[in-house]
Amino acid sequence: MAVQLEFLKGIPYFSGLGSVELESISKLIFEKAIDRAETVVFEGEPAAYLYFVASGAVKVFKTSAEGKEQILSIVRPGESFNDVPIFDGGPNPASARAMGPVLLYGVKRNDMETIFRNHPPIALNVINVLARRVRQLVSLVEDLSFRHVISRVARILFEHVGGEVGRGPRLTQQEMAAMAGTAREVVGRSLKALEEEGAIKLDRHRIIITDKEALQKIMGVPS
Amino acid sequence: MIEMPIIDVQKCDGCGLCIGVCRCNALAIIDRIVTIIESMECDWCTDCEGVCRTGAISCPFEIIMQES
Repeated sequence: MAVQLEFLKGIPYFSGLGSVELESISKLIFEKAIDRAETVVFEGEPAAYLYFVASGAVKVFKTSAEGKEQILSIVRPGESFNDVPIFDGGPNPASARAMGPVLLYGVKRNDMETIFRNHPPIALNVINVLARRVRQLVSLVEDLSFRHVISRVARILFEHVGGEVGRGPRLTQQEMAAMAGTAREVVGRSLKALEEEGAIKLDRHRIIITDKEALQKIMGVPS
Repeated sequence: MIEMPIIDVQKCDGCGLCIGVCRCNALAIIDRIVTIIESMECDWCTDCEGVCRTGAISCPFEIIMQES
């Protein structure tokens, strides 16, 4: 299937380019369909391709030695991933996995260099994309380094316990993130950490506080 | 009736990203709007909420204290 020119027009990398230029770029782009849960980029491996998501969603994440996952970003249609190693020549800094059926547009590293040489205005677009990415990652670093998010999430849970099953207040991870002043991804990880500590149990749409004292300890409340 | 994620039809732009990430086929586009199909397999992974750009889908948690 041919790469859709209309879609390429909407990709920030190629913003402002005309149909003739996009036509020539499209010849260097290949399609790749991946299934749910398929990992398309592995952390630490050499980087061969830059990818744009054409449809579906991809999560970009780091995995700790203990197997814990930290999502860095969710890449949606029109957005790219694996940009950094394509430009600095280093290994993939993170892994990328399909969250459902995904169609990708890929460009070989060498072909990306050709595109740059032939279409210099793209450089400014790429700077914009990478600058946005840096801003987002700086914000995540701030969350993970300086903020005791787990204790704040613990406090939010403690303060929002409902009295009767089915009648208590409900909170989404997005709402908890807004309350804790952090990213939704960090809340997800905090909930998992609280579960591992034995303070709570995630039971589908319920968060059950199983050890009130442990939760209070994490909150920083002296017992 | 099983608890399911909630759709705000005013916010849904029908992009379908949530349908793609749903592992239990609990979501479908009907008349250009995402609609929930009740599914016992929905394990509240919250991926649908995570991918939604417009905040149209939410997976709220009820917080309860375990009875001692």
